[in-house]
Amino acid sequence: MSALLLRDLRLAFRAGGGFGLGLAFFLIVTVMVPFSVGPNSATLAVIAPGVLWLGALLACLLSLDRLLALDWEDGSLDLLATAPLPLEAVLSVKSLAHWLTTGLPLVLAAPVLGVLLNLPAGGYLWITLSLLIGTPALSVIGTFGAALTVGLKRGGLLLSLLVMPLYVPTLIFGAEAARRGAAGMAVETPLLMLGGITLGAIALLPFASAAVLRVNLR
Amino acid sequence: MIEVRDLSVSRAGFPVLEGVQFALPAATALVLRGPNGIGKTTLLRTLAGLQPPLAGEILGDPDDIAYAAHADGLKLTLTVEENLTFWARVFGAHDIEPAIKAFNLAALRTRAAGSLSAGQKRRLSLARLMVTGRRLWILDEPTVSLDAASVQLFAATIRAHLNADGAAIMATHIDLGIEGRVLDLTPFKAKLPALDADDGGFL
Repeated sequence: MSALLLRDLRLAFRAGGGFGLGLAFFLIVTVMVPFSVGPNSATLAVIAPGVLWLGALLACLLSLDRLLALDWEDGSLDLLATAPLPLEAVLSVKSLAHWLTTGLPLVLAAPVLGVLLNLPAGGYLWITLSLLIGTPALSVIGTFGAALTVGLKRGGLLLSLLVMPLYVPTLIFGAEAARRGAAGMAVETPLLMLGGITLGAIALLPFASAAVLRVNLR
Repeated sequence: MIEVRDLSVSRAGFPVLEGVQFALPAATALVLRGPNGIGKTTLLRTLAGLQPPLAGEILGDPDDIAYAAHADGLKLTLTVEENLTFWARVFGAHDIEPAIKAFNLAALRTRAAGSLSAGQKRRLSLARLMVTGRRLWILDEPTVSLDAASVQLFAATIRAHLNADGAAIMATHIDLGIEGRVLDLTPFKAKLPALDADDGGFL
């Protein structure tokens, strides 16, 4: 399994691997928001946590259609499915690789980009923490969507439509935790809910993803 | 090594083959023949466990099987060595040198797979079988885009594999000079049910 993780990370960092796509999108969104809503720093401070969370979520969504489609196109998904690794493990490892190459860079970039949006000083810890807890769920749910749509022509659109509603709980609790943190309020409840969603997704969704992928490979 | 009893397989919901029977002992090869569209690939995918059979049973250990599809399954931005090492580690093997040697890939080992010709990619994809350490190879058109010399390399590899108590099932149209059984799939072609038989639900 470490071989698969290593391979996916290596592929992501090689030319054309798509590493940086999500990060670039996140950067563009957060740089553009002050232009569109105006330079009023009080307004920006209020919307900053929500904008950062939405930007990270859309950046993550953007990279999902490559998650399994590339392996499907060159035939290695068939070969992985007949390899001795259980398909659940293959998909969990691929989610992890996706998080390491997409989610983690977003988590690390968020506090830097928070400066551009005039995020209040108390909010930096909480935006980072809430993204750190929430983004693994985005990768795992995204893998489920990718397994569901792999092999479809122009599956990207369907993938976005299917995954979007599943992202809503993570977005609500993640942005709420970041917003409360920035406003100096208690953050325990939304953070606990966010952690619960992430842990539940990590525990259960790989089984669902493997089941739909098996059907899709037929 | 593998036995197939009264197997029916379907592609996209339509039965293509029915009543397929054969038994393959160790150290033998089985060559599947038949016109395009008869269901060779579908049968091989079913044997490899990628799709369930429509009817019948496949007796054998799925952990014996290594499958090589039409597509090469290579990562074009990884080098020849990285591609092979990855599959070796997935299958729990460590030594890729015999495979590199058997398919004459030594001069290419640090080249990215994307820079190889179609025949060289095919050689790399076949070399993958050797690092799996599996006993039953299921091969779908293994000789596509190979030149005559590479076909000889491949035939020699298959012979060595059979001598080591392995077995192989392959769909191929060229004669590899390997003594093995030939199974023509034409007699097993599934008869489509009459069109108005179960269309009632739609009408």
